Amino acid sequence: MAPIRHPSVNSVAKWIVLIALSAVLLIVLMPFILVTINSVKTEAEFGLYGPLSLPRGLNFTSLIDFWNRVNFTQVLINSTYISLTVAIFGVILSLLNAFALGVGKIRGRVWILVFFLMANFLPQEALAYPLYYFAKFFHIYDTALSVILVFTVIQSAFGTYLLSSVFSAFPRELIEAATLDGCSKLGLLEYIVAPLSLPTLSVLFVFFFIWTWNEFFLPLILLPSNANQTVPLAMAVNQGQYGMNITAQSASGLLGMLPCLIFFLIFQRTLTRGITAGGIK
Amino acid sequence: MKKSTSFIDQGYGVFLIPGIIAFLIIIILPFMINLGISFTAWRGIGAPVWIGLKNFQTLIHDSVFWLSFKNDLILLIAMTVIPTIVGLLLATFLFDYITSNFGQRVSSFFRAGFYLPQIIPGAVAGIVWEWILQPNSGVVNYILKAVGLSSWTHDWLGSPSTALLAVMVVLVWVQIGYPVVIFMAALQRIEPEILEAASIDGASWLQKFYYITIHLIRPEILVVVLTTSIYTLKIFGQVYVLTGGGPGNVTSVPSYYAYKQFFETGQVGYGSAVSLAMAVIIILLTILFINFQSRQEREESI
Repeated sequence: MAPIRHPSVNSVAKWIVLIALSAVLLIVLMPFILVTINSVKTEAEFGLYGPLSLPRGLNFTSLIDFWNRVNFTQVLINSTYISLTVAIFGVILSLLNAFALGVGKIRGRVWILVFFLMANFLPQEALAYPLYYFAKFFHIYDTALSVILVFTVIQSAFGTYLLSSVFSAFPRELIEAATLDGCSKLGLLEYIVAPLSLPTLSVLFVFFFIWTWNEFFLPLILLPSNANQTVPLAMAVNQGQYGMNITAQSASGLLGMLPCLIFFLIFQRTLTRGITAGGIK
Repeated sequence: MKKSTSFIDQGYGVFLIPGIIAFLIIIILPFMINLGISFTAWRGIGAPVWIGLKNFQTLIHDSVFWLSFKNDLILLIAMTVIPTIVGLLLATFLFDYITSNFGQRVSSFFRAGFYLPQIIPGAVAGIVWEWILQPNSGVVNYILKAVGLSSWTHDWLGSPSTALLAVMVVLVWVQIGYPVVIFMAALQRIEPEILEAASIDGASWLQKFYYITIHLIRPEILVVVLTTSIYTLKIFGQVYVLTGGGPGNVTSVPSYYAYKQFFETGQVGYGSAVSLAMAVIIILLTILFINFQSRQEREESI
């Protein structure tokens, strides 16, 4: 009797546990759901049925109004341009540094690495005012270039640290064989090290892109005018302005989250691989 | 023989030149200037006036700075303590129970779901929660009214008694997925035989969790604890959006306080001193982190 009953009791318990866990997940995801359903309601509908009811139709007025109010097309272009450029140059700079430190094992490399990691962890507040001053002095204040320069360096600090440890395990025989065949150092980097580490480089690229996209403090300081703002900046600065109503506010939340949710769907595998590879956040 | 290896190892230094130059200009020089400014009285225009350690003397007696610092320590509960403990339990549960009963796909789905709040910008997370916690038409108060608890409705972010707590709720929500992902990867390192052997010896689930799991993934636990502590000191966007440090200064944090000195009150010298104090704490935490990692590597190589 017991061996027959046991699995069925067990499987009921199993499903109860799964449902309980799903309920927990639903609570965690609730802010996403709430913002989505309330962005497509009219203000009257919100007033009548509250925030928890499902929308009785798709009304895009709030979304479109907010889109136009902050010139979201421009904001998206700004964010994409800044994040993409930082990701490209950040990866190149990390690659150059890590090539010297990881493959080349030059003297004092441990200290140089510590220094790079420190630079990545340093609070941006401790650099902010001089950077703000520099940007004004060199007339790049309120331009994408200022933010690109700063974040290329900050991101590559982490990239150098991570990539150097990957490169220190690079097969020594390959390097020796190529060098003895007359391959230059640049050739080594271009034809051997870079192509073979492409998976790690692509992880770095995705992380640099998303981190830069999500940055707030330094862009807030360096990009004051509306036309140059990034997504998080435009959302935060416009919050509560122009007597924004409740559905417009949820529309701003949705538009702020949407690009990142799309990146997540596209790059989910790369992201989890990266987080587990280096304790990356 | 010796000659040929040194030939192979030479000529790498050139590749470090662009990186070093960029670092000197973007990180080192600004940091040094910031250090210099912290010994001056400067309002951002005109010439800075050297005042020695006066800013730091002010700092020691500045109750708002200490309040900001104390708030950061409280926020550690939301950023580090709760996510680490809950993350550990969730990850173990997903790994042990959900994967073995429902397969890898289901548990990966849950992991992705819990991680989702991590990928949106901190400032946007703040906007979403500010909307949820609104006093008049926010969701939380709406639910309280709907279930007949109108008297419990509250201006969560606007009143001194609950503002910091509300910020903490948001931070827990943002932070929870990070340890789940790290710990689930760590758990894959544990060989099932060890746990099986323990079960045969009569160890309970709790005993196995405490004596084996936690013990074996200790490196990852420390990585999570140290990195999230550093992130706690860097919290800015959420506070900027949710409360602006208010009401009064009850939710002020050091980074926000430094920002205010720089760009709102124009006390650039004093702001530099505040940010320098933060940098010192973070550098100490980083040294701890590096120390730990190199010890770990040494242990692994043995």
